[in-house]
Amino acid sequence: MPSLPDMTTPDVMALARDAAASQPHDPHLQDVDLKPAFFDWLCRMGDNTAILGHRISEWCGHGPVLEEDIALANTALDLIGHTQMWLGLAAEVEDAGRTADDLAFLRDAMKYRNVQLVELPNRDMAHTLMREFLFDAWHVEMLTALLQSGSPRVAEIAAKALKEVGYHVERSSDLVVRLGDGTDESHARMQDALDRLWPYAGELFLGDGVDAAVAKAGIAPAPGDLRAAWERTVDAVLDEATLRKPEGRFDVHRGGKQGRHTEHLGFILAEMQFLQRAYPGASW
Amino acid sequence: MYAQMVKSEGMKTLDEMSPEERAFQERIDRGEKIEPKEWMPDGYRKTLVRQIGQHAHSEIVGQLPEGNWITRAPTLERKAILLAKVQDEAGHGLYLYSAAETLGVSRDELTGKLLSGKMKYSSIFNYPTLTWADMGAVGWLVDGAAIMNQVPLQRTSYGPYSRAMIRICKEESFHQRQGYAIMMKMARGTPEQKEMAQDALNRFWYPALMMFGPSDKDSVHSAQSMAWKIKMNTNDELRQKFVDETVPQAEYLGLTVPDETLRWNDARGHYDFAQPDWDEFFEVLKGNGPCNRERLEARREAWERGAWFRDGLNAYADKAAARRASASIAAE
Repeated sequence: MPSLPDMTTPDVMALARDAAASQPHDPHLQDVDLKPAFFDWLCRMGDNTAILGHRISEWCGHGPVLEEDIALANTALDLIGHTQMWLGLAAEVEDAGRTADDLAFLRDAMKYRNVQLVELPNRDMAHTLMREFLFDAWHVEMLTALLQSGSPRVAEIAAKALKEVGYHVERSSDLVVRLGDGTDESHARMQDALDRLWPYAGELFLGDGVDAAVAKAGIAPAPGDLRAAWERTVDAVLDEATLRKPEGRFDVHRGGKQGRHTEHLGFILAEMQFLQRAYPGASW
Repeated sequence: MYAQMVKSEGMKTLDEMSPEERAFQERIDRGEKIEPKEWMPDGYRKTLVRQIGQHAHSEIVGQLPEGNWITRAPTLERKAILLAKVQDEAGHGLYLYSAAETLGVSRDELTGKLLSGKMKYSSIFNYPTLTWADMGAVGWLVDGAAIMNQVPLQRTSYGPYSRAMIRICKEESFHQRQGYAIMMKMARGTPEQKEMAQDALNRFWYPALMMFGPSDKDSVHSAQSMAWKIKMNTNDELRQKFVDETVPQAEYLGLTVPDETLRWNDARGHYDFAQPDWDEFFEVLKGNGPCNRERLEARREAWERGAWFRDGLNAYADKAAARRASASIAAE
């Protein structure tokens, strides 16, 4: 058992902040014209991982098998780590005195910029895993493209996150295949999840003025550029999983990136932001 | 301590033992480790399965009271730390079930006994986590009490258990410090935060003392387990050590331990302190604690709702094995 001196070691968060102060120079952070779009785009990246991480963390202690409890918590942990990096950079770009925590815990739904796919309820493991797979297959392409970003800070975050997301897509693809080609029931559940989630997947590939501005600045690819690679992954995995790709449009549900969400996001935020809202200004 | 009131088999003197039993006891006395495929008395095996199983179940059920606050953690950093901690607990469950498997009992078998109520988990996880300060109190007091027992168990006689405990202790010590870090923030925060911190200490103090189990200084079961080195100290020794180390930590936080009789006793060199309400402890063990029903229901539901998932993976594994077999026949 640690003694009292062990229990009162220096503040590790302060040490981390000091380490973060020695970042490479990135001229994009001072580009006033680019600022609103760059900030919004960084929020999109961070809000996607924040909300998906939140959803996956809801499984904690309730997984179908011990290994899944561990894997789900681990995945959620990775995504919350990505959120800290993306929203941390967003706060720096905004330069208005807000922190990553302020952005995560003090913005209301209309200011959240995640795609609708990630805020949908978990329902069961089939929906949870299929959603992860559809997202991971996009995430890995996005981060790979961002390795070439003209913004060294963005490229640095992408390189860190990609190490983890490589495992995410490997795991979710593998489970989609196994459950799709498992029992009749697991197949039916996976097909149902795919049919239900499919109309939300396309929002990941829809571009708008924000995307155009960051693409023009050489920071990120245009969303549509990632579609072909994503489809190749999805087609191959669904084929091996003996699942049928839905015929309807995959971009029916859209608007999350611009702050128009499903009814579910408000409840997520009510839960997630409770302490910060109930005790304004307290330090945790 | 995550194993409470584990019954062990009857105690024999060296003269009463068979030659095998005597040789076994002498190995333990010399400090040798017992490994899975070596001969061991049935009682040793059965007691270890009960003890390791109960510890494993405690790690698994223990995910729930802390998991309760993951979605409400107040900052990204706190959320990440709590997720990492709860994930560690699940990992401890995995090491421990694996250690139990080396004794010839499967994880599914042990899980079945947990879900049917035949095996217990630590009484502490039947208490609710009501405010964020409880995440601090659980790490500080509950993990702190667990470490008291687990540190000596690193030297236990059964090799796989000892090795699991070495890994677990590294992480638990970190968990306790993160709990204390939360308590420091709260105790030095706003008046509301300090009130939450004191309230958490008030609610968790006595349940934490109960984790060591009732006094066992005259217990035959304990004497046998101690001879086998699967229990290293009496419950009272560990409880005293916990109180002696925890009281100065509470003082440093500026919080009051909810025990008016608490005094430093110069003659003993220890704190004198009040015993917890042992009637409450036995009620909790019987299933009448504040959250017994919810905790067990949550685990049962997770298991039942996960049946299709486990069946699906098993079916795929069987198909894949059959495909490999037919491919290798075709290749010949």
